Amino acid sequence: MFETFGNKADIGVRGKGASAEEAFCECAKAMISVMASLKTIAPNKRIPIKVSAPDMNALLVNFLNEVLYVKDKNKMVFSKFIVKIRENPQKNGFELNSECLGEEINPKKHELRTDIKAATYSLMKVEKRGIEWIAQCVVDV
Amino acid sequence: MEIKKKTNYSYELELGKENVNPHIYANKEIVSTLESEYTQHNSSLKQLENISTLPGLKGIVALADIHPGYGTPIGTTTASDLKEGVITFAATGFDINCGVHSLILPLSAKEILEKKKEFAEQLFKDVPAGLGIRGKLILTKSEMDEVLEKGAAFAVKKGFGSKKDLKFMEEEGCIGGSDAKVVSDKAKERALDQIGTLGSGNHYCEVQEIEKVFDKTAAKAFGLEEKGSVVSIHCGSRALGHQIGTDYLSILDGAVKKYNIKIPERDLVCAPIQSEEGEKYFSAINAGSNAAFANRFVIGTLVKRCVAKVFGVDEGDTKTFYDVGHNTAKFESHYIKHDGQKPKKEKVLIQRKGSTRGFGPGMSSVPLKYRKVGQPVIVGGSMGTNSFILKGTKRAMDETFGSTIHGAGRSMSRTAALTKWTGEQLLLDLAAKGILVKARSTKGLPEEAPDAYKDILSVVEIMHKAGISEKVVKLSPMICIKG
Repeated sequence: MFETFGNKADIGVRGKGASAEEAFCECAKAMISVMASLKTIAPNKRIPIKVSAPDMNALLVNFLNEVLYVKDKNKMVFSKFIVKIRENPQKNGFELNSECLGEEINPKKHELRTDIKAATYSLMKVEKRGIEWIAQCVVDV
Repeated sequence: MEIKKKTNYSYELELGKENVNPHIYANKEIVSTLESEYTQHNSSLKQLENISTLPGLKGIVALADIHPGYGTPIGTTTASDLKEGVITFAATGFDINCGVHSLILPLSAKEILEKKKEFAEQLFKDVPAGLGIRGKLILTKSEMDEVLEKGAAFAVKKGFGSKKDLKFMEEEGCIGGSDAKVVSDKAKERALDQIGTLGSGNHYCEVQEIEKVFDKTAAKAFGLEEKGSVVSIHCGSRALGHQIGTDYLSILDGAVKKYNIKIPERDLVCAPIQSEEGEKYFSAINAGSNAAFANRFVIGTLVKRCVAKVFGVDEGDTKTFYDVGHNTAKFESHYIKHDGQKPKKEKVLIQRKGSTRGFGPGMSSVPLKYRKVGQPVIVGGSMGTNSFILKGTKRAMDETFGSTIHGAGRSMSRTAALTKWTGEQLLLDLAAKGILVKARSTKGLPEEAPDAYKDILSVVEIMHKAGISEKVVKLSPMICIKG
């Protein structure tokens, strides 16, 4: 499940799920939903990405920013994400491998909205509340 | 925390001896809103409190368009000591050198109105805007390096505009000393086809009527006549700047730990100005700023060509008026106050976030043509509202590190605006007011609805009455091109 939340100049994006991985995927979908209607994007083409960070909060922001990078580089929008996170004690941090599934931007097919500049450290949070994981931050619009 | 009134339009946020007290330019309504929002997450006052704890600060100024950003409020200028101070990510942000480039058209507003639809169609066709759109220039990586180090002069080399236009840009369209090597390949490749593109969000290209002249002498020096027309282009360094921000967000996060800097919120990641990380970040910001200058300059030329096509004038008949940035980091010399002593001129790091440089008369960095009256300050409205051209003052040099507002400032969140209006209704409402909006996406349009912003008239009035930047002309929108 994903949602956006109000923040005066920008927009907050939040993903929830049964695992941190699922919450990350949903958070990425929340971010894409600001830029385009997810239901108009077919998950036809896969783009792999890999990021690392010293903690889970920064890992989320690095992941979202890498999604924005591959979006621009490949001129694509995505509607589905597969995420695997593992702790790397040797590097004192976390590693994330993901596949972003989507297709090349086609203004005739995709309902496009507002581009996002970047994911920020503002209000960033990755935590387990009861049985649910939450992953959120503010994105710069 | 107490907000103490200094004059009718300026206040001081008193935070205790340990901190630098921010000076806020506002009226009592804005102050009351700031106070009522204080306890909210990310409120402007909390963000001012947070940045006031950073080391080596010489001053913090909040302008009348203040509203919450990430880490630092939008509408803020900070001055930092070069030895003790830090360069802070949030004080410049991701949209490096977002700014406004304005042109003076050789046409009256009446002449524009006669071909309004045709002109709007031409601009919409020729000015690339919106998500995923490629520009007309496709650069190689080495050409991108040249953009980062030479700024708008690169665009002239590629056949856009002329060298004399560069004189009418902040820093003449290039901040010296920037180094393309401190910018990642990812940042460069992300924007190879984006020089000469508008982007989306609050960026626009707007045709405006000079509705009213307030200061005849300054307007004459600026070349602005009542009932004449201008085009204002609002955009920045595009994905290149966003990727520079992304790269240095992580680098500065590491620097905070490395140099053991105490920051109240993680979104205030920073590095000492005189550290390897700080020096590289400063240089990367200026490389990004140069890309933004080149970007706006190319779009400016595309607009000049549209004017020529539709109205049968020469490309050179449309003049570059001025170009000024909002999100910058620069070394500047200002008079700094020390307790009980006369202000002393010092070189400091000035970071402006959603704040425009607005230098007063006589400054050598202001184009010769405008130098007697002061630097032009272009204050952008939103679709449907007025914009303004102001002039910088000596008082700004004395009180605000030569800084002023950049726009009206948001009063409503984007998510709230999206639930309040539809894009289609907004287009009809604006058309009824005589404003022709051409947008690639109507879905995102409500985020930029005029009523989602503070009243620009009162924001400009505060800065005018405070003597920081004075009204020269008021502009009203005729055509607005959005992404």
